[in-house]
Amino acid sequence: MLPKQEVVAMLLAGGQGSRLGVLTKNLAKPAVPYGGKYRIIDFPLSNCINSGIETVGVLTQYQPLILNEYIGNGQPWDLDRMNAGVTVLPPYQNSKKFDWYKGTANAIYQNIAFVDRYDPDYVVILSGDHIYKMDYSEMVAYHKENNAACTIAEIEVPMEEASRFGILNTNPDGSIYEFDEKPKVPKSNKASMGIYVFTWEKLRKYLIEDEADPNSSNDFGHDILPKMLNAGERMMAFEFNGYWKDVGTIDSLWESNMDLLNPKVEMKLNDKEWRIYSRNPIRPPHFIAEKASVQAALITEGCSIYGTVDSSVIFSNVVIEAGATVSDSIIMPGAIVKSGATVQYAIVGEDAVIGEGAVIGKRPEDVDDLENWGIAVVGEDCIIKPGKVIAPKEMIDAEQNNKEAE
Amino acid sequence: MRANSVVGILFSNVHDEKLPELTQKRTMASVPFGGRYRLIDFPLSNMVNSGIYSVGVVTKSNFQSLMDHLGSGKSWDLSRKREGLSLLPPFNDNGRENNSRVDALASIRNFLTSAKEKYVLLSDCDIVCNIDYKKVLDFHIKNKADITAIYSYGQVPKDMNEPTVYSLELDGQVRDLLINPKIEGPANYGLNMYIFDRRVLLQIIDDCASRNLSNFKRDVLQRNMFNYRFFAYQFDGYSKVIGSMRDYYDANMELMQCDVRQQLFNPKRPIYTKVRDDMPAHYGMNSCLNNSMVADGSIIEGEVDDCVLFRGVHVGKGSKLDHCVIMQDVVIGENCNLSHVVIDKDCTIKDGTSINGTDSYPVSISKGSVV
Repeated sequence: MLPKQEVVAMLLAGGQGSRLGVLTKNLAKPAVPYGGKYRIIDFPLSNCINSGIETVGVLTQYQPLILNEYIGNGQPWDLDRMNAGVTVLPPYQNSKKFDWYKGTANAIYQNIAFVDRYDPDYVVILSGDHIYKMDYSEMVAYHKENNAACTIAEIEVPMEEASRFGILNTNPDGSIYEFDEKPKVPKSNKASMGIYVFTWEKLRKYLIEDEADPNSSNDFGHDILPKMLNAGERMMAFEFNGYWKDVGTIDSLWESNMDLLNPKVEMKLNDKEWRIYSRNPIRPPHFIAEKASVQAALITEGCSIYGTVDSSVIFSNVVIEAGATVSDSIIMPGAIVKSGATVQYAIVGEDAVIGEGAVIGKRPEDVDDLENWGIAVVGEDCIIKPGKVIAPKEMIDAEQNNKEAE
Repeated sequence: MRANSVVGILFSNVHDEKLPELTQKRTMASVPFGGRYRLIDFPLSNMVNSGIYSVGVVTKSNFQSLMDHLGSGKSWDLSRKREGLSLLPPFNDNGRENNSRVDALASIRNFLTSAKEKYVLLSDCDIVCNIDYKKVLDFHIKNKADITAIYSYGQVPKDMNEPTVYSLELDGQVRDLLINPKIEGPANYGLNMYIFDRRVLLQIIDDCASRNLSNFKRDVLQRNMFNYRFFAYQFDGYSKVIGSMRDYYDANMELMQCDVRQQLFNPKRPIYTKVRDDMPAHYGMNSCLNNSMVADGSIIEGEVDDCVLFRGVHVGKGSKLDHCVIMQDVVIGENCNLSHVVIDKDCTIKDGTSINGTDSYPVSISKGSVV
């Protein structure tokens, strides 16, 4: 028997993130690079350790190789603890059967034994597709204070966007009386952030009941939460005021990276009280050459910049050659932008090579038809031939592109 | 049996007096260098990259910052059960001050006797290079040597402390060894790195102790030149001896040369250091940079030319920096004008300050100052 842990976090990291296209071809969404040196999963993991939660189960399913390797023993996040720490939980076979994780609730159901080992009072359910800094311990304290069975973190979104979210309708005391999943006419603008605190005893019971229900889709939002509400459990909404961004689409991933460059956006990554930890590249400081020009940018160690960088996020070990211009773009680790190439409003994947004089993406002001404008994406390991032009919104897959190039 | 046959010994305090401005509150080994490193990162990473996983670090004084930097050795992959990093603080049971490498070696006699490795690699921390010790060991074994010194060919660095100059037979055996000779022109000068047969080293140390001899170069090397098989191995990569503030400043500036960076930061033999989890460097709207190295965690809103900026440096709006080495967490206010300045950790430079050194004599500002 392991020592008791009051709180255990379960991080749902098995999603494919199909809306990110080629960026999640070889890796799960939580492993997608973000912010110059992070991966999305660094945010929930760092939030956990900064909130004093030292037991984290990470549920993986889709393309787990890079994610597993990245998490490793959890040392970068101080989650290599003696009796707790981070544990990667893939689907498994038992003596009776083998199941993939059918839904978010089923994933936790299949790991009831894991949670039980720590005999926790509360379980925090997290997902690996949001960028935010949040103290979960405050949310757990709120949950305890209100004697709730379930507490859901909520954030105010602009009313016109509310119909894209799961909306929480609450009483004046903060208790929830209704869920509206993507309502056409939203009653409020309080959106669920997909972060839940459950009293483990209760959740355990509902998970078992839900599993026995053949009509259930085994999903928290669709099944567990409505069932709990109908059964009259006390469910609270916990208000969060801060930066929170879903990075599940190309546009939102790009926007969220650009937010880091905007002094008006409240998302500081250099907060010493709330550091975001990550596996650091072992490379020297970056080098900015004579005649290079760098403005409004994030640049990571190991880069060599000989060209022009403006309003961009540059990951480690990127080389931008003389005469190349990168603006309003994200360049992921190890990519090379050759001389004379132009990259604008684009995301360039890991280890891609942009050939001499190639042009990737376009500025919206240079496009007549804004309907067809969007961020251009060059996938991991793509080799873009010299002089090639990649249109806005285009998405280049390495396998296809490199075959054509041969 | 695993193949690790070398135990490494690093002297962390040797030549502290050569950089008084930077070693007032730290060891030579923990002097910050190159934007994110400490000098010890170079020999330590070289050892790890050469398969030497058992390393003792000899300390004498002021070693708090060194201990903080090294921790359990995790960052160098030296937090291990079978081998790993050992800090060897002063241990005085021979009634002598631990003032020289010989005294230090005598005081760690137990560590050396209980080591299982056949060879010992000795190194100081004041030479920056990226060297593959495997090649040196092969050379040592091939020549059935008892002692192998590592040298470089070139102009003897002006400020090097008591340089050793070797003249050699064709096969690399040492014919003569001169200490601090008055010579002109290029020579084979020693890099203060040596491979010894462990038993030979113990014999010599015991011999020195019984004769009250304590000078490493004179009493260990010169005196035994013909008693043992003594060879020298030429290292022809980039190496920089940090023998003075000027050398320290130049070494930082030389990092702007592409060839130097490629040699020192060879991705196949990376230089490890303590992780700090800073965010990437953030450049403001009006930043302007030329020919500089910048570490993570910096915020740059001014103009920077030919500088090395360490982790967490803040350069305010309208400030101009030229040929400076700015160590970690220094905050430079707005509209400052600094040229040829070395600023130690945690300093604050107030708005509108002007400090000018010259190329031949960089000004240095000590740790934690407010200017």
